Amino acid sequence: MEYLSIFVKGIFVENMIFAYFLGMCSYLAVSKTVKTAVGLGFAVIFVLGITVPINYLLENFVLKEGALTWLNADYANVDLSFLSFIMFIAVIASMVQLVEMIVEKFAPALYGALGIFLPLIAVNCSILGGALFMQERQYPSIGEATVFGLGSGVGWLLAIVAIAAIREKIRYSNIPDPLKGLGITFILTGLMGMAFMAFMGIEI
Amino acid sequence: MSTETTTAVEKKESLFSKKNRKLLTDPLDDSNPITVQVLGICSALAITVQVQQAVIMSLAVLFVMIGGNVIVSLMRNIIPDRIRIIVQLVVIASLVIIVDEVLKAYSPDISEKLSVFVGLIITNCIIMGRLEAFALGNKPGPSMLDAVGNAMGYAWILLAVALVREVFGSGAISFPGVGQVKFLPEGWFYANGGFYENNNLMILPPMALITVGVIIWIQRARNRSLIEEN
Repeated sequence: MEYLSIFVKGIFVENMIFAYFLGMCSYLAVSKTVKTAVGLGFAVIFVLGITVPINYLLENFVLKEGALTWLNADYANVDLSFLSFIMFIAVIASMVQLVEMIVEKFAPALYGALGIFLPLIAVNCSILGGALFMQERQYPSIGEATVFGLGSGVGWLLAIVAIAAIREKIRYSNIPDPLKGLGITFILTGLMGMAFMAFMGIEI
Repeated sequence: MSTETTTAVEKKESLFSKKNRKLLTDPLDDSNPITVQVLGICSALAITVQVQQAVIMSLAVLFVMIGGNVIVSLMRNIIPDRIRIIVQLVVIASLVIIVDEVLKAYSPDISEKLSVFVGLIITNCIIMGRLEAFALGNKPGPSMLDAVGNAMGYAWILLAVALVREVFGSGAISFPGVGQVKFLPEGWFYANGGFYENNNLMILPPMALITVGVIIWIQRARNRSLIEEN
């Protein structure tokens, strides 16, 4: 039950895009057609689902104050949390590289679909954001952290596919010239964000 | 001998030449990082509830951008092409850790309000974008000017959005040390029997997007060369 709550919260209530604006840059740049949006969305779910649990282990067994006690009881006072930014981003960048190589070797079809998006993801703020929110919220177990990562990813996919579908249709509408392209996308995202606010406060 | 002096003169001139001045002024309007290059949107939207936060964030980004651009530009010839992203990320992350520790030490309450967004400067695309697009191919001097210009372009959009959101959302602007400065007499507010009510929607996330959308609209209406095809 706890898992379901975290998952649904990640998708709707605390949507990465509509509530925290994370990953906006690629959201705006890659939402011109639904097909590419779906590709990037799945790549984000994939990478979030892998990096959040890894960073969770890193946080709880290396970085947190007293986390190193499994190594030696003398390390109870060691607090390495100031290193967390650099560790998280190193994990993310190397995981993205690793995932790219594995997918290229074993699933060429998937690589063809996700290939160009994977390198972009290293600098997608929703991935680092996922790791930092995981650190801030202190999930009790690795299962919950993983579910949080997957849920946030699904929420991100939902948002980018929705805006891409709208942008495909809106090409045929009569929009004021200065508002075309970026301007109208911002306003549409704002309106979608208002709609998503209806989910606020939902508890399952 | 003579060639050496001419290059030295050129170098000296080039830092203040027209081309370099353009590096400073272009990002303010024609190639604004937020409204034209679409870089660094995430943080621009998330921390514009209060002017105070926006100022701190802008200063942090200015510092990280200047540091990052100059360092990467100095190392541009020794960074192997294949691992340049990771090298850039490490440089940026180290600078952001400095900013984060300084903020935590000197203004813990602001640091708490900015929460994860200080850390997210690392993946702020404006910094990576300028490193990739400019610092990797240019000398440290122009790279620094490019960093200052882009950070200023980022800052003014941030301040404009924050000003609109705070004035309409809270009916006041809070300054550090002074507290909230209200513009309207207390009696005008609905709670005190008046007619005016703050627009709470302005504080919520969606209005940040719409405010930026409107700023883009105004900018492109004035500068029609920026209009997109569809």
